[in-house]
Amino acid sequence: MAPLLDVDSLAVTLPSPRGPLPILHDVSLTVDEGELVGIAGESGCGKSLTAQTLLGLLPPGAAVTGSARYAGTELLSLDARGWQRVRGAGIAMVFQDPSAALHPMLTVGRQLTEHMRVHLRMDRRAAGRRAVELLDQVRIPDPERALRAYPHQFSGGMRQRVAIAIALAARPRLLIADEPTTALDVTVQAGILALLERLRAETGLAVAFITHDLGVLSALTTRGYIFYAGRVVETGPTGGLLTAPNHPYTAALLGARPHGTQTGGTLRPIPGAPPAPGEAPPGCPFQPRCGYAEPSCGEAPPPLTPVGADRSVACVVRPHLEVAA
Amino acid sequence: MTTVHDGEPGAVATTASRPRGAHPLLTFLAKRVAVTAGLLLGVTVVTFGLVNVVPGDPVTANLSDQALNDPAAVAAFREKWGLDQPLWAQYLHYLGNLLHGDLGHSQQTGRAVLDDLLHYVPATLELALPSMVLALLIGTGVGMLAAVRNGRFTDQLVRVGALLGLSTPPFWLSLVVLYVFFYQLGLAPSGGRLSTDFSPPPTVTGMYTVDGALAGQWDVAWDAAQHLSLPVLVLTSLTVAMLVRFVRSAMLEVLQQDYIRAAYAKGLPTRVVLRRHLLRAGLVPVVTVSGLAFASLLSGTVLVESIFGWPGVGQYAYRSATALDLPAILGVSLFVALVYTLVNLTVDLLYGLIDPRIRLS
Repeated sequence: MAPLLDVDSLAVTLPSPRGPLPILHDVSLTVDEGELVGIAGESGCGKSLTAQTLLGLLPPGAAVTGSARYAGTELLSLDARGWQRVRGAGIAMVFQDPSAALHPMLTVGRQLTEHMRVHLRMDRRAAGRRAVELLDQVRIPDPERALRAYPHQFSGGMRQRVAIAIALAARPRLLIADEPTTALDVTVQAGILALLERLRAETGLAVAFITHDLGVLSALTTRGYIFYAGRVVETGPTGGLLTAPNHPYTAALLGARPHGTQTGGTLRPIPGAPPAPGEAPPGCPFQPRCGYAEPSCGEAPPPLTPVGADRSVACVVRPHLEVAA
Repeated sequence: MTTVHDGEPGAVATTASRPRGAHPLLTFLAKRVAVTAGLLLGVTVVTFGLVNVVPGDPVTANLSDQALNDPAAVAAFREKWGLDQPLWAQYLHYLGNLLHGDLGHSQQTGRAVLDDLLHYVPATLELALPSMVLALLIGTGVGMLAAVRNGRFTDQLVRVGALLGLSTPPFWLSLVVLYVFFYQLGLAPSGGRLSTDFSPPPTVTGMYTVDGALAGQWDVAWDAAQHLSLPVLVLTSLTVAMLVRFVRSAMLEVLQQDYIRAAYAKGLPTRVVLRRHLLRAGLVPVVTVSGLAFASLLSGTVLVESIFGWPGVGQYAYRSATALDLPAILGVSLFVALVYTLVNLTVDLLYGLIDPRIRLS
């Protein structure tokens, strides 16, 4: 069966005062119906821009090549009308900071029903009934009253639940969650993650979960993509990625991560910083920071090559990597 | 106010009930009335003091040369207007009258200042109201358009237009408008509130267009509207130029917000995003500036009123000031202070209406 979302060789270039800046290079990824896929990497690696591309929300002047098919439809050739039909009803999005992503001056009810009425052609009553069901589904207490309330009357975690309800309102099949727990307290995070997993199990929703937190990646997703400097450097089932990484960058990320249950271990920060867009070295973008780099690494960006049945890595050296336990 | 606490799924929302007592809006209004009273008192003190320290004598400003040479006439004038009393006595006397609603008599017109104001204020109001409404509609629309088309040709055009409008002296624009629409095209009368063929309609609001319509004298109302057209055109253009820049930058800021991207991400049509999401959020700063603009229109626009021979507050203030007509100056000052406080109060109430975060806290 064809995947619900099939991104192939996607490249995005943004305009800048100093000329066009390439941000995404040759990104390919898939999300199946009902699958929870993780996209991980440091800030600025192109995760969020990928999400924006998939919703047609790139800034004016952005140049996009490659292909992104959702349920058989080529997204990149959609006109404004076409995008309106896909957004919300096909692909929906949850933003990082619910306080910023909810309109402060419109009631929850208004924000929850306005696109339902456009996409699902519901009248006010039907939309209201569905809104109550949705709030109930995301475990907002007293949904009838919540509909009349404004976002600032909820706590951060509750706001994100409201934002998730809004994203689900027009029955999308794919939810892109862009770091939805980053702005929340740790105790609240777990609740949101559990909610997303439950929604996937109950409704068959596919979720693309963007995060910089490998712990969240392993807790929630079944398959993951590791992004570095606008490229996918490694992909595979999350369990394998995090226990036996094939790419030095994945291993370095794991080494730089604090271990929650362990004391006395050393944190190993990755030396250097990711290259700024447009300033990546000619070869492998990670090569200047990589302990295993060889002269051939500087020649050309290594393509993502299959390793075994379900994994791929973009590394020509393929060193034997030890992961700190 | 309702607060929904996070925590265990299914946690019950708690309601913090408002403490018993007066409605918060009433408390708010009562405070504002008290502040306004204090402010007006301050205005009388300052104006009284200022008028008395400026070099110049109301006697020389008001009496003819012949009368000035007659000590008896001068003394009579001083006695009539209480100028022979010490300053504090003059002030207390004025304040006592003020508390009875008596603003004194203008030395210039010889009429009660209150009657003068009731005559001039409606004339200014008749100019200010349509100018403000038009400016608000045009300014908001054009400013939003420029923000949405940020950096593109439409935006550049709007910005250059606004800059031109802002740097145009009002009197120059008035003269150009007169030259084109009155002298060249003959489309509109040159000045005044009404053609000489008509007499003012029975006074209800003091605004000739409204009063004419109320009395069923449609020809009078139409003639008054024609007289309004040119000064309103000038005042609207100037106000639009000022508003557009504020609206544009306010809307640009809102356009950067996540909730606008979220609105697009929901698949809402652009016009809905702009009308419902963008406009609503950009309105708060727009209301602030519009309030100031309206207050300044209401306080009278001396140059425009003078050129169009419009008997409004601005002209009255100008003539009173040059004649050192203390009661009239005080009256105008009180009126202007009152306008600014009322406009500010309205602006604050509008904030609450627009933004629930202000209303509910």
